[in-house]
Amino acid sequence: MAIFHRALTVFAALVGLTASGPAFAGKGLASPWQIGFQEAATPVMEQITNFHTYVTIIITIVALFVLGLMIYVMVRFNERRNPDPSRTSHNTAIEVAWTVIPIFILVAIAIPSFRLLFAQYDFPKADVTITATGSQWYWSYEYPDEGIQFDSIMVPEGSLKPGQPRLLTVDREVVVPVGANVVVGLKSNDVIHDWAVPAFGVKLDAVPGRLQQTWFRALKEGWYYGQCSELCGRNHAFMPIAVHVVSQDDYDAWVSKTKSAAIETDGKVASTQD
Amino acid sequence: MAHSAQAEADHHDEHPTFFRRWFFSTNHKDIGTMYLVLAIIGGIVGGLLSMGMRAELMEPGMQIFGNPEMFNVFVTAHGLIMVFFMVMPATMGGFGNWMMPMMIGAPDMAFPRMNNISFWLLAMAFVLLVLSLFMPGAPGSTGVGGGWTIYAPLSTSGTPGIAMDFAILSIHLAGASSILGAINFITTIFNMRAPGMTLHKMPLFVWSVLVTAFLLLLSLPVLAGAITMLLTDRNFGTAFFDSAHGGDPLLWQHLFWFFGHPEVYILILPGFGIVSQIVATFSRKPVFGYLGMAYAMVAIGVIGFVVWAHHMYAAGLDVNTQAYFVFATMVIAVPTGVKIFSWIATMWGGSLSFKTPMLWALGFIFLFTIGGVTGVVLSNAGVDRSFHDTYYVVAHFHYVLSLGAVFSLFAGWYYWSPKMTGYMYSETVGKLHFWLMFIGANLAFFPQHFLGAAGMPRRYADYPDAYAGWNFVSSIGAYIAFAGFVVFLVGIAMQFMRKEKAAANPWGPGATTLEWTLPSPPPFHTFNTLPRIK
Repeated sequence: MAIFHRALTVFAALVGLTASGPAFAGKGLASPWQIGFQEAATPVMEQITNFHTYVTIIITIVALFVLGLMIYVMVRFNERRNPDPSRTSHNTAIEVAWTVIPIFILVAIAIPSFRLLFAQYDFPKADVTITATGSQWYWSYEYPDEGIQFDSIMVPEGSLKPGQPRLLTVDREVVVPVGANVVVGLKSNDVIHDWAVPAFGVKLDAVPGRLQQTWFRALKEGWYYGQCSELCGRNHAFMPIAVHVVSQDDYDAWVSKTKSAAIETDGKVASTQD
Repeated sequence: MAHSAQAEADHHDEHPTFFRRWFFSTNHKDIGTMYLVLAIIGGIVGGLLSMGMRAELMEPGMQIFGNPEMFNVFVTAHGLIMVFFMVMPATMGGFGNWMMPMMIGAPDMAFPRMNNISFWLLAMAFVLLVLSLFMPGAPGSTGVGGGWTIYAPLSTSGTPGIAMDFAILSIHLAGASSILGAINFITTIFNMRAPGMTLHKMPLFVWSVLVTAFLLLLSLPVLAGAITMLLTDRNFGTAFFDSAHGGDPLLWQHLFWFFGHPEVYILILPGFGIVSQIVATFSRKPVFGYLGMAYAMVAIGVIGFVVWAHHMYAAGLDVNTQAYFVFATMVIAVPTGVKIFSWIATMWGGSLSFKTPMLWALGFIFLFTIGGVTGVVLSNAGVDRSFHDTYYVVAHFHYVLSLGAVFSLFAGWYYWSPKMTGYMYSETVGKLHFWLMFIGANLAFFPQHFLGAAGMPRRYADYPDAYAGWNFVSSIGAYIAFAGFVVFLVGIAMQFMRKEKAAANPWGPGATTLEWTLPSPPPFHTFNTLPRIK
């Protein structure tokens, strides 16, 4: 397993080197012309990224192998170079090979795949608990242990401050402490929505009538954005998610400030059109 | 034999008048033609919808759609039309009806009149779907904007207008059309093969439509049940998908995808059959590993029924459930790989000519492989956590559909249209069409893998500015591919105008199936006397 991990790191580094320059992911949101994942901010996303690199290398080899065979066949056996076709239509050895070898490749993919999947569902003890409730077309957050709740509505383009990303900025973002295990409960008030933060490797549907849970542990401070990921109607593209990961001290300060100034918005609907 | 009432009736049957011929048809060739015409119309409408979407997505911001819900309506209509009114009528209704009976030496389908109602049900279904675009849908909008997957409760309480009910009725008719067609195909293939043609001597295209017919027969009733439940939830007070009254939105997803996953194999299997015929013909060599090819399709069909929840990895399924579906989905890669390698082995040692049908088939083999391997990536729930509902999924299925199924359709068109019309197409125009489509579709869909990895969600009318670059490239590619489609249509017009007569067999000794023994075009009735197969 350690060799596996080392080989993976080498491959990842090689892939990273080849995808340099404008393809480097920015933190918390995409960069122009990005090719791969956003930079991982949680251990789960690191594992997803490594697994993806590994599988992508395998499928690239397979695709290039098929392409190579096809180019060879087209060059070597075109009618000018091979005017008399053979009648061969069987070869037991090769038929066994091309059934069994793919099985080995799939097993090689499946082993880390299951490890990744079960790691995603290995819930740690929660340090911070949040519920996110999807409505048409905004998110509402509660911190039940702190008595905090607020709506989180997209800031329209005309109201953005310089540096705030369009379609991702919200008026009130989720705040969590760095390094803490955050369990997120998902609920919905109306149709199915989906709470996703790419840099965290988190994505889960918010289904009306259910409370379902996901979790993350952010390793670096910063701003992390996501977008609703289940078609929910007209403004599906306009109900983003923003998470501000701060130091434990800043988080504690935010909690006490927020509790005492319990402001609620009126559930205004975010839209770029009226 | 003296003239008699029977001979009179035969004469009328041989030369039906216009109305009787085209509205009351009992002829598999004419019905096949009508299906192909409907499929081309579906392709035009579906393609124009995609042009609208790519024009909006070419730049960040909302430039074209005043109401973002209209964009969702375009997304929905594009999907439903391309699936139900383009690919399916072209593969099964079009090429299946035209070629399958001739390939097995049968004079027509087992139920020629039911064949006709299958077509007209589909035509009516298309009308209903187009009408739905103009009916009230979501509050403040017309048309259905729930995606082709119409998840509840967006499709129940989220779409109060009757557009949704029109769409449900449309899908009911389309489903009934295909179920009746499936019955017809299965009965014909099992009972009407010419003497000497055992199942293991049938052309692979016939195998492909046989497996597809079984998938249709078994999966469509589930869709019919599900959309009826949607209709009663909407209109008759039931609560199948309403959690407030004891139902569950996830029930819709399970029922839909139990149909939906076999549906995607329905979309591709006939294409596999077409590619087998063409690769054998233009390699002048029989398909390598015939039994492996036939039973790989059976395996894909069977396993395709037990993998549906890989579309639901982010829905809230238990981790062990997800793990099972990861395993089952990966299994399908094995028979699919067998087919790819068998096509290459068919060409190995052959004598390849690169006429237009072969270009499409070669493009299919490589590009379907790309789409297939990204499917292997997506089958892993752990990484699908990041890719679900992003453009990576859109890229995957457009590779297997637009660069897979559609390539096989064009391959089948160039291969069989000389037989069907009696006129040769222009190789120059055919090749121009191929290269425009090849370059355009790759340019349109390859960058979408990047967009998905970077986090761009699907079914989005507008996107954060960072996604602008690859979206621009994708839109340019889409325009180039559409230009290729226009070339295709011009080529058809030219085919009929030039009137360059096609031989019974334009393709040489590699074309060994029965349709090439008949004139181009074949007579109204063929194989009134059954051929004997050795």
